[in-house]
Parts: sequence; structure tokens; C-alpha cells
Amino acid sequence: MSLLEVTDLRVSFATADGLVQAVRGVSFSVDSGRTIGIVGESGSGKTVLTQTLLGLTPGGRVEGKAVFNGTDLLSLRPDQLRKVRGAQIAVIFQDPLTSMHPLFKVGWQIVEMIRSHDKSVSKKQATERAVDLLGRVGIPRPAERVNDYPHQFSGGMRQRAMIAMALSLSPELIICDEPTTALDATVQAQILDLLLRLQQESGTALIMITHDLGVVADIADDVMVMYAGKAAEKASKNDIFYRPHHPYTKGLLESIPNSSAAGDRLKPITGQPPSLIRLPSGCAFHPRCAYVMDRCLTEQPPLAPVGDDGLHVSACWLPVTAAGLAAEAEELRRRAVERGRNAAAAEIARAIAERPESEGSVIA
Amino acid sequence: MSDTLPRDAAPPMPPDPDTEDDVLVRVDKLVKHFPVRGGGLVRRTVGQVQAVDGVSLVVRRGQTLGLVGETGCGKSTLARCIAGLIPVTSGTVTFEGRNITNLSRRAMQPVRREIQMIFQDPYGSLNPRRRVGAIIGDPFAVHKTAKGAARKKAVQELMERVGLNPEHFNRFPAEFSGGQRQRIGVARALALRPKLIICDEPVSALDVSIQAQVLNLLADLQSDFGLSYLFIAHDLEVVRHVSNDVTVMYLGRVCESGPKDQVYDSSRHPYTAALLSAAPAADPDAAAQRRRIILTGDVPSPINPPSGCRFHPRCPKAQDLCGQQEPALEVKPGDPATHLTACHFPVQEGESLARVAGRERR
Repeated sequence: MSLLEVTDLRVSFATADGLVQAVRGVSFSVDSGRTIGIVGESGSGKTVLTQTLLGLTPGGRVEGKAVFNGTDLLSLRPDQLRKVRGAQIAVIFQDPLTSMHPLFKVGWQIVEMIRSHDKSVSKKQATERAVDLLGRVGIPRPAERVNDYPHQFSGGMRQRAMIAMALSLSPELIICDEPTTALDATVQAQILDLLLRLQQESGTALIMITHDLGVVADIADDVMVMYAGKAAEKASKNDIFYRPHHPYTKGLLESIPNSSAAGDRLKPITGQPPSLIRLPSGCAFHPRCAYVMDRCLTEQPPLAPVGDDGLHVSACWLPVTAAGLAAEAEELRRRAVERGRNAAAAEIARAIAERPESEGSVIA
Repeated sequence: MSDTLPRDAAPPMPPDPDTEDDVLVRVDKLVKHFPVRGGGLVRRTVGQVQAVDGVSLVVRRGQTLGLVGETGCGKSTLARCIAGLIPVTSGTVTFEGRNITNLSRRAMQPVRREIQMIFQDPYGSLNPRRRVGAIIGDPFAVHKTAKGAARKKAVQELMERVGLNPEHFNRFPAEFSGGQRQRIGVARALALRPKLIICDEPVSALDVSIQAQVLNLLADLQSDFGLSYLFIAHDLEVVRHVSNDVTVMYLGRVCESGPKDQVYDSSRHPYTAALLSAAPAADPDAAAQRRRIILTGDVPSPINPPSGCRFHPRCPKAQDLCGQQEPALEVKPGDPATHLTACHFPVQEGESLARVAGRERR
């Protein structure tokens, strides 16, 4: 059994403008020692999804199941959840500047973390552990730096300190929410390297939330691509990058500038992500999809297997064999679209093709 | 244009034999130091933040110069110096053969029409309480070039040009998404038909699919209007995509510059090599094969930069000489005359610096 098994998770928020459907039925699982990358644009629900697991989305209406080590996190009382949060599931946030308290010493914050979960540890023991942890994550002279305030640390060091804090209780699962987005490339490389090494040492499971496909290519084993609160495609890392099935995954991969086509025109996805209050009918991606067919307008495609192993699933009406970036796959897609497209879809396709790639619906 | 200049404008630069016709901007040994003041009553200067320390570069007409470097390397300060937004400590900025360094406000006014900026944060750079039409129309108002119905028409044409619906001129920035806001910034920068647009991390805050839209827009505008860009970014793939030439900065100095292919494919400076090896590639096979150069430590403080080569405390190739003598920015043997490197021990072809990295891969 997996360490964490999330089944049909739904999260919505009632606002003055209407019901915001942030997560609309997402299932995934994580095993010990493995890393799942969750990729998606801003507003695709990737952060809400993981924060809900830890009870960090107050005011949200939550449905579904999230079984961690045999207990359903979503059914726990706040005081029970507090015992899990930090101790068994740790989080590393994007912004290392705002995720630490500016008025307390870095070491004190780690000590507090340890002692709030285990009162039997003395302050002295906890401080020793903090020094040891800071050393493990590569902070020079940890015995002195443990008495520094967060502002005395650089961005990369703060993120290291956050990782030290996350590791302090040897969690079984670490959720990393864009941990390197605010950092420079060379520091990002250091941090990813550190996470990989720590994972190999301790067998921790990682959930890596990011919008950077480069980070996913580097660190993930499996990938889930999210769009408008749903999983568009789930697969092993290699299948996502080399045999993408969902047009959104394909669009994301094609819109990255890469060295082989430097200077050529990029192929962006036209339009803007939809409003989560007024979602498009059928497949939420259809107003931006170059392969839109008639049934996409009315029927929501289920996540269905598109590979031989059954682990590669995609929520798209295109034929299951039409995966990959090669010309044959493109030909399969083209033929499917020819068959499946009548007046209604043809009109949308024309609108997409004619729309200056920029134009899109304004967020209401 | 020069005959309309006020009398207090700086005299034109003497003709420089080196100045080719296609040079739009020439920055020569530019230095910008910010004083650090003590906490006492007198607040005397106790040090200097050496944000930019002797940087020279050239932006050519209709081309893009990419400027790369990590946080705190001085790339944004340099951009602000070129745009005349902050005074420079020493060195010169020459625009179309004319010295525009530290011009007075009045003398700078006509130059500002030619040099515009696009900023990183599409949320912070637009006033949330003003309508989009008014924001894009500001340059016309400031430079008194169009008003009333003519201004509205010009604004709507600009909006259409950058891919916004011209009917939305009455809306507020909050009604637009991040990518659309960045288009508003582009329209504002484009309003006066400048010759140079300084793009300071224009796509860093955008999602990949939207980032590609904005990059395509910038490319279209460049070919339509013959614009030159100074393109600042930390994403190396983006810079490689848009640039003709690339300059790499570290701690206020240029460590390598040259044509894009030279800098990317035959990097000479160990810092450039490290930066390139650290950038994540969206390709699992490439990521698994790549040998990363993991630099140790952080970028040192620009208040008290290391002696000699500023990169030497983190450099895998550093020797004693590097801490004593500052390397000159020069052509290394075997490189074309346009490829400059400031390093005593440049990376040789086929040499691997990744010995420090060697991490286990699954």
C-alpha cells in the first residue's frame, strides 16, 4: 500500500462571486522513497490540493479521502492533525523569507518545532539536534549560525534552514511547494541536489509542486499535470516528457524555449486559463485546444490508460494511441480530429486559429 | 533631433573610430556605487556597495543583448543607469553616438522617448487605481504628443498591437491576468516608438505557456519596429532564445560576453559554465546525463567583494593568482574577436568542471 493515497479529492470555496472549484476530483498516490511532481499553471489547484491534506485551507469545502499510513487525514480533528503535520508530513514553502518568523533565531525555531512534538527532549538536546541538522543541509559553521536571525541568512541558506526544519522530526513525507522558484539557478541546483541526497539517505517520499518542467525532469519519478483543478495526465517522468498524450501537456512542453530551436518562433498555448467559478463545459481545456472535437464541448473525458503499463493515464478524447511528439502521433491526432469535428467544434477551432495568440478571455 | 535639444545638453561625443553605425548604445566602464552610511548621528559613509563596477557593453540596432547573472550581480542597477533613472558614479553611456551620462532632467527628457523599460512584476508596475487606457496613454501625456480623441485612438491601436482587446481600455489592471498585464506594460513602453526597450525580467513572473506568448510578441515587435532590446533575465534558455549577444555578469563585473552561440556552446569562464550546468533542462535524459557543477557557498557581499577575480572563492579552477590579480576582459586564444572572457584560467574545450558534483542518479 502506498504511503499516501488520495482519492477523488474535491475542494471548493464559497465567495461573493460564486463557488470557486479549486480542486475537482483528483486522485494520486505516493510511495516511500519516491517523488511525484505536480505541474500546472497558476490557479490549476496544485497548492490547494496539498494544503488541504494538512488542513491548511480553512473555509474550503472538502470532499474525498486522503489516507496516510492507514488514517484518513481529512477526517482527523485539528488537534490530531497537528500531531501529523510537521512530524510525519513536513512542508517546505516557496518563499523562505516569509515562512520563517523574522523575530526569532533560526535555531530557536527548529528547537520549538522539535519540542512542540516531543516534550521529552530537553532544550539542550534539541539545540544540539538543530546544529546537527543545519550542518547536514550544508550551512557552514552551524554551531554559530544557529543563533542567527533569518535576515542574517541569504535566500539559499534560508531555504536550507527550512529544509533542516522540515527534516527535524524525520517525516515520512515532505511536501515541497515551489521550493526553488525564488532562488537563482546555481542555488536551485544546490537545493535540488540536497533534497535528492536526503531522500536517498532517509527514504522520504517527496511531493514536488512546481511550474518548472526543468525541476520535474530533474527530480521527479512520476508526474501529474493539473489543469483547472483536475489531473490532465499522469505518468512516469519519461512518458510525460517523451510520450505526452494530453494536448495541454504537449502544449506546455512545446512552449518552453529550448536550445535546439533557439531563435525559432515559440508555440504557446493560446488564450488564458479559465475562471474556476465559470468553468467551460465538457473538457475544461477545450477553449484553448488545437485538437478540439465536438464531444469535448459536452462530455468531460475520464482519466483513461493510454500506455502499455496502465500507469500512463490521460483525460482526453483523442485516441489512446495518439501519444508522443512524433509525426505519426500528430497524424493520428489529425485524423481523429477530422472524424470528430463538426460545426460546433469547427467554430471554436477557427476562433483559436484566428485569435491573435495573445487574446483571451479577461478574468471576470 | 539634436537641434531641438536645450542648451544645457552635454556636447556630442567626438567621433570614435570604433563607433560603427549599427551601435545604438555603448556603455563604457560604467561604475555605480551606493554609499553605506553608519548608524551614528553624522551618518558618515562607512562603505560602498559596488553594485556595478566597470561594465562595458554594446547594444546594436535591431538586435537583442541578453544580460544574465544571479540576484545581486548588478544587472538591474546597470539597466537603471542606462535608462538614466539613477545617476552613475563614473563611466559613460552613449546613445546614438551622444553621451547621455548624468544629463539634467530637461536634457534627458527627449532621450527618455527613445529608451523605455518593461518591468518584471506585472502587478507592481501598474497603478491598480487607474484605468488601462490612462496607463498606456501616460507617455503621450508626459511628452505632450497626443491628447483627447487622438490619444484614445493611439492607445487603442497599441492595445490591439500587443494583443489586447481595444474595447477594454476602460478596465482596471486587476481585471487582467498576469500575461495580459505584461502586455499592458509592453504597450506603454511601445507608445512613443522608442529605439531601445530595456526588458528587466519581463517574463519571469509568468507561466510557461503565457511566457511563450509574450516572447513571441516581443519578437514580432522587434521585427516590425526595428527595436533593440536589452534583455535581462536569469532564465538562461529564455535569454538564449531571444538574444543575439549575451553578457554574463557576476558581482558587478562582466565575466564573459560575446555572440550567443559562443557564450553558450563554448563558454570560457567557469562561472558561465556553472550557470549553464545548473539550469534545469526540461528533458529527463539530458538531466540524468548532465554533470552539474555545484558551486559552493553564496554570492559574496558587494560591499566587500573578494580581491582579484571576484569569483575566485567559489571557482573550481581557482589558483593563487586569481586572488591577487584581477583578470582582464579579453579575447582568449582560439576565440573570435567578439568573444571576451575575464579569467586567468579559462575553461578549455572538452574540460569538465563537474568533479565536485558527481552525484548518484537513480
